[in-house]
Amino acid sequence: MLNLGADPWMTSKVMIATWETIYMVAVSTFFSYLVGLPLGVVLVATTEGHILENKGVNQVLGSIVNAVRSVPFIIFLILIIPLTRLVTGTFIGTVASIVPLTLAAIPFVARLVETSLKEIEWGLIEAALSMGANAWQVISKVLLPEAMPSLVLGVAITIINLVGYSAMAGIVGGGGLGTLAYYYGYQRYENGIMWITVILLLILVQLVQMLGDTLAAKISGRRR
Amino acid sequence: MIEVHKLTKVYTTPSQEIVALDNVSLSVEKGEIFGIIGLSGAGKSTLIRCINMLEKPTKGSVVIDGIDMTALQPRDLRTARQKIGMIFQHFNLLSSRTVFANVLFPLEIAGVPKKDAYKRVKELLELVGLADKAESYPSQLSGGQKQRVGIARALANSPKVLLSDEATSALDPQTTRSILDLLKDINRRFNLTILLITHDMNVIKESCDRVAVIDDSRIVELGRVIDVFSSPQTATSRSFVGNVINRELPDQLPRPPVGQIAGGVRRLLRVSFIGETAGKPLISSMIKKFDVDANILYGNIDRIKDTPFGYLTLEVSGSPDQVAESLSYLRGHGLEMEMIADA
Ligand SMILES: Nc1ncnc2c1ncn2[C@@H]1O[C@H](COP(=O)(O)OP(=O)(O)OP(=O)(O)O)[C@@H](O)[C@H]1O
Ligand SMILES: [Mg+2]
Repeated sequence: MLNLGADPWMTSKVMIATWETIYMVAVSTFFSYLVGLPLGVVLVATTEGHILENKGVNQVLGSIVNAVRSVPFIIFLILIIPLTRLVTGTFIGTVASIVPLTLAAIPFVARLVETSLKEIEWGLIEAALSMGANAWQVISKVLLPEAMPSLVLGVAITIINLVGYSAMAGIVGGGGLGTLAYYYGYQRYENGIMWITVILLLILVQLVQMLGDTLAAKISGRRR
Repeated sequence: MIEVHKLTKVYTTPSQEIVALDNVSLSVEKGEIFGIIGLSGAGKSTLIRCINMLEKPTKGSVVIDGIDMTALQPRDLRTARQKIGMIFQHFNLLSSRTVFANVLFPLEIAGVPKKDAYKRVKELLELVGLADKAESYPSQLSGGQKQRVGIARALANSPKVLLSDEATSALDPQTTRSILDLLKDINRRFNLTILLITHDMNVIKESCDRVAVIDDSRIVELGRVIDVFSSPQTATSRSFVGNVINRELPDQLPRPPVGQIAGGVRRLLRVSFIGETAGKPLISSMIKKFDVDANILYGNIDRIKDTPFGYLTLEVSGSPDQVAESLSYLRGHGLEMEMIADA
């Protein structure tokens, strides 16, 4: 229908762009969890009455998270160009996109993790404390394992969000499917390419959600 | 084993100060099952949570086996807690772990070497009768089984005391009995000190040696369970006892007039039997001996832990001398008795 098979050059363009999107999303998911997961844990653990109660830390981190989350991604992208340049030496292309994607996702991940961990019954934490557990043991043996199904769903949500963000980054030269759609679909009026990227994004998102759901169900299913 | 001295706990909320414990003192002996009973909101949970410092007391001290819990640094407190087992109303088992791994949990926390820990878990699962459920997850167990896992977990580090916060309140009466039997068995076998709180006098009756009645943040009565049952001193205790054993003459029973009657006097009395006196035919021998008339209006016999115990409401009539002698005869044989005033 889109007559793509006849154009091997275009096919490889689409494949490269897809790969770039997957790469950007994967790397930024990884780094955003590297920081966002501990951040989420700290946000929970420092709340009043919790295992590492600390009002100051909680409020400062909470405000930073809220501040970053309140900036629209497209503006955030431009805002941190100097930083991106500093880290990667450039501000266009896939590698450069990873910086804003990661930074924008960190507070998002932190809040998701926080929500997951807050669902855990206080009684479980208290039981661990009554056995003499320290804060680290409560986190590693109670909070994270108990919240695992919900955390896995959070990863899926984060990936899906990052797929969307990466397309936005693509429009300002970030590479991946976003750039492809913008160059060919928007600037050259090639609707075919536009549709192909939409379908590919759709498949990506569906796949991630399915994987997340299955994995989460599998984890909680084993416990049932 | 547990010395609670002038313990006060005040919760400060933005809107008010709640005194949950007011100057509470008690002492639990080694190897004893000590019960604390009170209505909802009386401060029972607060008390038991102050013992392992899950709540920090506002004033007073808690000494366990010579260690002043209130004076411990966080690190030492964690070590001390390893020797204080606790079980909970809602079991608080980790859903992410199998039964085996749940019991292993406290051993991991204490840093017990894997080989020893595994061996210990196997022993404990045998002890609570769940060896065949080792690989099940908590959600696959019944309430009673979950509490058995809770008990195994609480015993893992061979604690000096076991704290139980309403451990049977979510269970049906039959399961409650089996859990209490398990606790009694553990208490006997390991001479383990158990402090349990409940709002159910049946639990006290079936398992405890001594009891403290807590009402509105204070201990209003404390004594041997048998004594509290045979002569409760406060209204709160009387109502708890009344929930289990009916001491009062039911309203629908006719009450004979007492005092002077034709040919002598008539007395209405409530006699309580404890232990071996419950097994002796004292009433019939009294009738024979003093030639009085005795009529049993209402009676009730039960067990307190392992001791038979009962109440009897008795009408005795005869000549004033005969009646007086009969009553002193009963008293002389160790029966507690109480004259019921004419209604
Ligand atoms: N964390 C808290 N903050 C403020 N008030 C509290 C807190 N915990 C308990 N209280 C209050 O302290 C009082 C005693 O509560 P506690 O939980 O000890 O009662 P309880 O005897 O265990 O009752 P129940 O049988 O319902 O469990 C209650 O008035 C309760 O509202
Ligand atoms: Mg309570």
